[in-house]
Amino acid sequence: MTLLSIEGLTVLRGRCPAVDAVSVSIAPGEVVGLIGPNGAGKTTLMRGALGLLPHRGRSSLAELPPAARARHAAWLPQAREIAWPVTVGTVVALGRMPYEARGAAADAVAVTRAIDRMDLGAFRDRIATQLSGGEQARVLLARALAQETPLLLADEPIAGLDPAHQIATMDVFKDLAAAGRSVVVSLHDLGLAARFCSRLVMMRAGRIVADGAPAEILSPERLADVFGITVWREAAPEGLLLLPIARAGAGR
Amino acid sequence: MIPYRWLLAGLATLVAALFLASLLVGPAGISPGQGFRALVLGDGGPMTLVMREIRLPRALLGILVGASLGLSGAAMQGYLRNPLAEPGLLGVSGSAALGAVLAIQTGLAAAFALAVPLAALAGGGVAVALLLLLAGPRGGSLTLILAGIAVSALAGALISLVLNLSPDPFAASEIVFWMLGSLADRSFLHVALATPFVALGAALLLPLGRRLDTLTLGEDAAEALGTRLGRLRLMLVAGVAAMVGAATAVAGAVGFVGLVVPHLLRGAVGARPGRLLAASALGGAAMVLAADIAVRLILPGSDLKLGVLTAIVGAPLFLHLVYRTRRDLA
Repeated sequence: MTLLSIEGLTVLRGRCPAVDAVSVSIAPGEVVGLIGPNGAGKTTLMRGALGLLPHRGRSSLAELPPAARARHAAWLPQAREIAWPVTVGTVVALGRMPYEARGAAADAVAVTRAIDRMDLGAFRDRIATQLSGGEQARVLLARALAQETPLLLADEPIAGLDPAHQIATMDVFKDLAAAGRSVVVSLHDLGLAARFCSRLVMMRAGRIVADGAPAEILSPERLADVFGITVWREAAPEGLLLLPIARAGAGR
Repeated sequence: MIPYRWLLAGLATLVAALFLASLLVGPAGISPGQGFRALVLGDGGPMTLVMREIRLPRALLGILVGASLGLSGAAMQGYLRNPLAEPGLLGVSGSAALGAVLAIQTGLAAAFALAVPLAALAGGGVAVALLLLLAGPRGGSLTLILAGIAVSALAGALISLVLNLSPDPFAASEIVFWMLGSLADRSFLHVALATPFVALGAALLLPLGRRLDTLTLGEDAAEALGTRLGRLRLMLVAGVAAMVGAATAVAGAVGFVGLVVPHLLRGAVGARPGRLLAASALGGAAMVLAADIAVRLILPGSDLKLGVLTAIVGAPLFLHLVYRTRRDLA
């Protein structure tokens, strides 16, 4: 069983492909880190897979009718937009929109669960637009969690969070995976990617260049080649520790 | 915050009270008891005529026009995620005004009673066609605004051209006065003409609440939550056009209601764009009824125009709101 299968997905930006004939599938219980330099096509791949962009090839998500898709996959865009000064509780409850038929009780439980999971209990009645950027990011992630979908696609959800909440967020993803759900998350923090993702998909110029276990994907040679950096890495009891050190070939 | 149901009930009560007040205010100097007896029972005399043929349609049009402007304004602000959006932004009111102006200028208005509102509706229809042609079924919200601005500008220029070349000063002054916006001297023909369009518009706009709520998170997230943006835009354009077209057709240009009413009520609904729809419809009706009572009380002898009053009161009110918002943000 797969939660998402993409075959030969191509998304054009203007005339050149931002995502070029990509095939990948996501099984239940995975935290898949989507990594790659700026402009590699990570965001475009996720939006194309959701069917939010015109595309060629097939994606099992894009083939679903909009309402069914919203019950199967939640999408957390990188742009953190909260247009109106509504309360945190109201924003999170928007995640229940796809379940119009269900009772309000089930919705309330899901909303509270998502708020607690993101450590936002104290903020529930605050106006969301008056919170700090990082707090807003957590509110929006709580909204996506409240959707309670088998699959969550999150575009750089930890950018701008403090270290404790970065780790807490990755822990939430791990918990979701342990419960049989899956998360596809794009991120630039290779250290967190190494420790918290069960699988990494590395992209460059619209194509997938590597796909597998973090320790194997994050080899010094590949990081030098794709990201142009040298890293310090060491296997520790906590997992693979990895720290970018310098640009590869700097001082050349 | 007041519970939503209580807010709606309160606004509905306010509209009902203002509706009754609107029936009781006028130059004929009819006492409340006499007036209602004449309205309900009908004594066949002039009092019944005044109540049934002059005041009742005027009060009903106040509700229809106000609800149209308030609801359209709230829907536009919700869709564009911008508190500065207003119903005129689509260019429908401008084009409807152009239609009415042409009817007055060509003398069609003198030929039969409904020439002006019918021509205005036709003008609004042309604007919708142009909008959909320019913005397309797949265009984004920005394309829609730009197309609306272009249509508005074109309609405004053509109205100026008609005034510029008008050989008849009476027609020209009639045009200017019509454009100021008023509910005076309207009949049940106007009510009958506007009602189906207003009902259609309300039927299209009121169900958009949940979808407008999802837009709080941006277009991408809304679409991923199952909101079909193309369909939403089509329903919005059709609904706003029907309501604003009908309102302009029977009342001329009544400004600021669609902009100010959603602003005033936003806090009371917790800023939720979906809940703002029904609240703004009621709030708009209350505001137009109140303004239309005020024009009869302030200067009873000199036909102060409704649109002039809403702008004179609305603009400073809006400035105050801007000032308050600025302080909140600081």
